[in-house]
Amino acid sequence: MSAQTLYDKLWNSHLVRQDADGTALIYIDRQLVHEVTSPQAFEGLRIAQRKPWRIASMLAVPDHNVPTANRAAGITDPVSRLQVETLDANCAEFGITEFKMGDIRQGVVHVIGPEQGATLPGMTVVCGDSHTSTHGAFAALAHGIGTSEVEHVMATQCLVAKKSKSMLVKVEGVLGGGVTAKDIALAVIGQVGTAGGTGYAIEFAGSAVRALSMEGRMTLCNMAIEAGARAGMIAADETTFAYLKGRPYAPQGEQWELAVAEWRKLHSDEGAVFDATLEINASTIRPQVTWGTSPEMVTSIDGRVPNPADIADPVKRGDTERALQYMGLTANTPISQIMIDKVFIGSCTNGRIEDMRAAAAVAKGKKVAANVKLAMVVPGSGLVKAQAEAEGLDKILVEAGFEWRDPGCSMCLAMNDDKLAAGERCASTSNRNFEGRQGMGGRTHLVSPEMAAAAAIAGHFVDVSKI
Amino acid sequence: MEKFTLLDGLVVPLDRANVDTDAIIPKQFLKSIKRSGFGPNAFDEWRYLDHGEPGQDCSSRPINPDFVLNQPRYQGAQVLLARENFGCGSSREHAPWALADYGFRVIIAPSFADIFFNNSFKNGMLPIRLSAEQVDALFKRVEAAVGFRLVVDLEKQTITQPDGEVISFEVDPFRKHCLLNGLDDIGLTLQHTAEISAFEAKHRAAQPWL
Ligand code: SF4
Repeated sequence: MSAQTLYDKLWNSHLVRQDADGTALIYIDRQLVHEVTSPQAFEGLRIAQRKPWRIASMLAVPDHNVPTANRAAGITDPVSRLQVETLDANCAEFGITEFKMGDIRQGVVHVIGPEQGATLPGMTVVCGDSHTSTHGAFAALAHGIGTSEVEHVMATQCLVAKKSKSMLVKVEGVLGGGVTAKDIALAVIGQVGTAGGTGYAIEFAGSAVRALSMEGRMTLCNMAIEAGARAGMIAADETTFAYLKGRPYAPQGEQWELAVAEWRKLHSDEGAVFDATLEINASTIRPQVTWGTSPEMVTSIDGRVPNPADIADPVKRGDTERALQYMGLTANTPISQIMIDKVFIGSCTNGRIEDMRAAAAVAKGKKVAANVKLAMVVPGSGLVKAQAEAEGLDKILVEAGFEWRDPGCSMCLAMNDDKLAAGERCASTSNRNFEGRQGMGGRTHLVSPEMAAAAAIAGHFVDVSKI
Repeated sequence: MEKFTLLDGLVVPLDRANVDTDAIIPKQFLKSIKRSGFGPNAFDEWRYLDHGEPGQDCSSRPINPDFVLNQPRYQGAQVLLARENFGCGSSREHAPWALADYGFRVIIAPSFADIFFNNSFKNGMLPIRLSAEQVDALFKRVEAAVGFRLVVDLEKQTITQPDGEVISFEVDPFRKHCLLNGLDDIGLTLQHTAEISAFEAKHRAAQPWL
């Protein structure tokens, strides 16, 4: 057999059938469910009197609407509350495992799946959420789907799909000090653009990717969608196995050995051909900061806000002008002179234990600057929170003036009470800087947790590699 | 699902690239547990001058007269003309729900984000990819002629302009079949139940930890 890519292997091993035109049915091993994109799917099942095909393949959690403070009081917004209650009721009715709001295992859906070992190498994983690409870090084929597809997978255990093209993003070399997986992700998006990966499944490879922890790999795959790719993935290796061993949903004992033997095959073969390849030298990547309203509007901490007058393409120039106006930025301003009002550390991109540690390391013994009205740290799950507290990270952060919250999506998309007011500028470790994403009129700059914590202390963006 | 065969519709030009699903339907409307009623909040932050919340009566809200959808000449439009990478960002199906509820049946752009593209078909809308030049030419014509309409024929895969000029477009045969007949994907897939069960048995025997 000819050399296969990791994507080929995952696709072929889940192919139930394929029509002559390429339309295929792909078997789905794991479906993660959250409160925002599932109510209409459950409703659809009920109306058609259909039952879920394989209840054990599903795991549900409320995350988008949950409060991150004063949780004992419940959810005050009645509309949010109804959505979470609807999830609870649907899971109870169909017999689906759910980590409810009071459960220590509750958290952002893309944090809890891997944390529980519910995401395993060789799986197909779907969720009604575009950042499902996160799970590809485990050599899984994982992508976000719409609500109609959520219902389709519930009813048939399959997804109607066509094979994507494949793209290899190879990051070779060693990352400089203060440079993280988040910076790789933003640098890649800056190069390929938010539509550059459309129609592709991206595999991240190269020595800099191999050197990342699972947390870092998840951060990288998480943002594949911001490059337009529905799926991002990384080959399985010892780092993958070490992370998964002993997790509640991971195989145990003899099964574990068998599984690992199988998982060792999950890499692209020597000589496998990709439809597109991008090579990046890790040592050239500097800490990244977005300046605009799309993740591709990004530069490094050494950079400046662009000048629309320098842009020849009229559509691009118009977009840049509009972005600068929305962001309240002046052309040519050095990034390091941009003052911030708020800081958000968390989300499925950067809400894991390593991110908490990184933020605490920068904040230790320092104070949040006076011009920063709110600096909040939101762990990605109850277990991340407990681990961080066991390590004393919460104390360091609180001491420095950060707020330490309960787990959820929080200000990543501001569906709960955590939001920016119009005109407020935020250093955020989330993944989207779209207009209004963190609150109507709010201005988001995407950065790594290290950079966000450093900005909180300085009151403006600073080069974390120099502190 | 509503069938799509032929549409003779008024066109509205939305001259922005990378229109994301947060812009198409802001997150506060994602709290609904229903599938319908999102139309009045499509493009909410661009369409209205105040901040929208679910459950409001939108007819009494201050509208932004500069936003293209609010201009009198484009009222009742069913064809949305857009720039590249339309529908990027979040996978929320509320975006196509909102556009369909608003009354759009066809979206024409040089490129679409994958998830949005798929979601549109499942909601009786036809997303059409044309070349950047073709889209650019359409923008110029729509803006130049009040009441500019297009006739979109899915069976023939053609778009006919007012002067009779015809543009042909590509569409996936399976999606076309479903849209022409208003077929529900789940029903179609369940015709393959035996194949799925056989696959599942084999797959799980090989990897019992799944
Ligand atoms: S943390 Fe943000 S990106 Fe991740 S699932 Fe929640 S809302 Fe979506």
